Amino acid sequence: MRKVSSGTKTADTVFHVATGIAASSPVVLLLAIAAVVVVQSIPSIRLMGWHFITGIEWNVGDTYGALMHKNGVTAAAGASFGALPFIVGTLASSVIALLIAIPVALFTALILAYRLRGWVQWILSILVELLAGIPSVVIGLWGMVVLAPFVAHGLGPALTHVGVVIPYLRGPVGTGMGLLTSGIVLAVMVVPIITATTRDLLQQVPVLYREGGIGLGMTTWEVVRYIAVPYIREGFIGAVALGWGRAMGETMAVLMVSGNAINFLPHNLYSPISSMAAVIASQLDSAMSDGSGMAVHALSELALVLLVLTLFTNLLARLLVSRVHHRRRGVRA
Amino acid sequence: MKTTHSQWRKWRANMGWAVAWSATALVLFGLVNLVGTIVGRGATSFRWNMLTHVIQGTPAGLQNAILGTLELVFLSTVMAAPLGILGGVYTSEFASARVAKTIRFLTEVLSGVPSIVVGYFGYLLMVLAWGWKFSALAGGFALTVIMLPYILRNTEASLQQVPLSLREAAWGLGMTRFQAISRVIWRPAASGMATGVLMAIAIGMGETAPLLYTAGWSSVNPNFQLIHSQVGYLTYVVWTYIEQPYESAHQLAYSAAFLLLLVVLFINVVVRAFLTRRSLRG
Repeated sequence: MRKVSSGTKTADTVFHVATGIAASSPVVLLLAIAAVVVVQSIPSIRLMGWHFITGIEWNVGDTYGALMHKNGVTAAAGASFGALPFIVGTLASSVIALLIAIPVALFTALILAYRLRGWVQWILSILVELLAGIPSVVIGLWGMVVLAPFVAHGLGPALTHVGVVIPYLRGPVGTGMGLLTSGIVLAVMVVPIITATTRDLLQQVPVLYREGGIGLGMTTWEVVRYIAVPYIREGFIGAVALGWGRAMGETMAVLMVSGNAINFLPHNLYSPISSMAAVIASQLDSAMSDGSGMAVHALSELALVLLVLTLFTNLLARLLVSRVHHRRRGVRA
Repeated sequence: MKTTHSQWRKWRANMGWAVAWSATALVLFGLVNLVGTIVGRGATSFRWNMLTHVIQGTPAGLQNAILGTLELVFLSTVMAAPLGILGGVYTSEFASARVAKTIRFLTEVLSGVPSIVVGYFGYLLMVLAWGWKFSALAGGFALTVIMLPYILRNTEASLQQVPLSLREAAWGLGMTRFQAISRVIWRPAASGMATGVLMAIAIGMGETAPLLYTAGWSSVNPNFQLIHSQVGYLTYVVWTYIEQPYESAHQLAYSAAFLLLLVVLFINVVVRAFLTRRSLRG
């Protein structure tokens, strides 16, 4: 047997260690992100306490140097950081996005998985995946120049007629930059994510199950309704949670079409809003002009709230998607 | 014998599929409308001399933004590709099942961190605490955080598809782990790894949020200093110049979006071609 030279052995060890270090980088980055954001949030947490998530007023305060001392920290005089409008904006716009995206994505996935085959299926699947690859700022641009005018002049006025029944749909419609447009733009971004995952899940439904349904005399739709969809339910909810996390964390597209509202809560479907991510991006200048540095800490706390929310939905999503994969092994036909 | 009940069921099936088809049509219409709008307006506003002039020149161009985007993507690829590929190799080849599962999970979690949070993290750590100011390196590092999970996951997944018998053959020849990986195992997985890197580059190019707080903005060409000097990039042009009231500014925004869309779609199509060829070979 050929003897392994010591040089080769060293190379092996070095390679092992180098790959190990590289593999630990996601962990290190995650911990670093969490640690930096938490530590930088502490002054703001001490200043505002729970008012941070219940207050409505976001005010950097006197930027000409007057300071105030409160709860052991120093901030610009009159500073108040209440993030409730942004939290509401994030949740409302992402929920509207899901209300639109869930049926559209599920139906599209059904068509892609069961109604098309061969190269048509291939082309359409690729087109849906291309939609996921389009930069968010480009989707935001489309939202500004095409979607917002459509919402202001077409969709919005049409929906106000329904407003007789549902008060939140009542006008005025405004410029089209607002909650509804943000929701639609976010829906455009999450539909490809949910569709691709759901299509894969639908293709994993054992064909014997579906054939059994057909053999019992079910229509193709009943097979989908009573066999395929219940089979993938958990995975589908996971895909939706994944899309939700993405929608809450999206910055640019929302920033461009939300109307950048500050200091008030949305009062109808068309009112301007702002999301946490968009505020972090748009408040950069005022944060840098705050001599006490408290605005930077407040934005950091906003980033922390956003991080916690998205991590939570992501964990939920992974858990649900992986449960379907485990079950699949047990029942493979 | 046909009963009214079975007719009702057939009608419901037809209605269901009709709704499903219209949802598909809606998605395709959205895609076509989006790409058509950007390509249409972009192609009519794009001038070739935009490639050779900076944004405050006469005529105004995109050269500084294009060079800045290339610099940022280059820097982040140089950092993310080795980290991601080596990390993927470890996860697939060295790690025990539990460690591999943990790494895979944390990588997924990292890819779920909102990009603005990554950008703000870069701002707090590198721009403020380390004193790099708005700079190419800070921007490149923020993009690295975004790109790393894609490369790592793709590398690991394509290595997992290499059959065990190939590894056993290599080990049987007396190769060490390193020799087996560097001479045998990586070859069938190479196109998968390349796919991961290309997709990550496409994602990095289209990102804006991580760069706002780290790369800053500059209206002159990048001077290729790593720290203390700001860089411009294409996505920033799209965002800010569309808000300005001038037609010439809008043309710059549309052109920048057009260029971005073309490059990103091109990379995506190349990647699909890669994948299809691989699956055809079986």
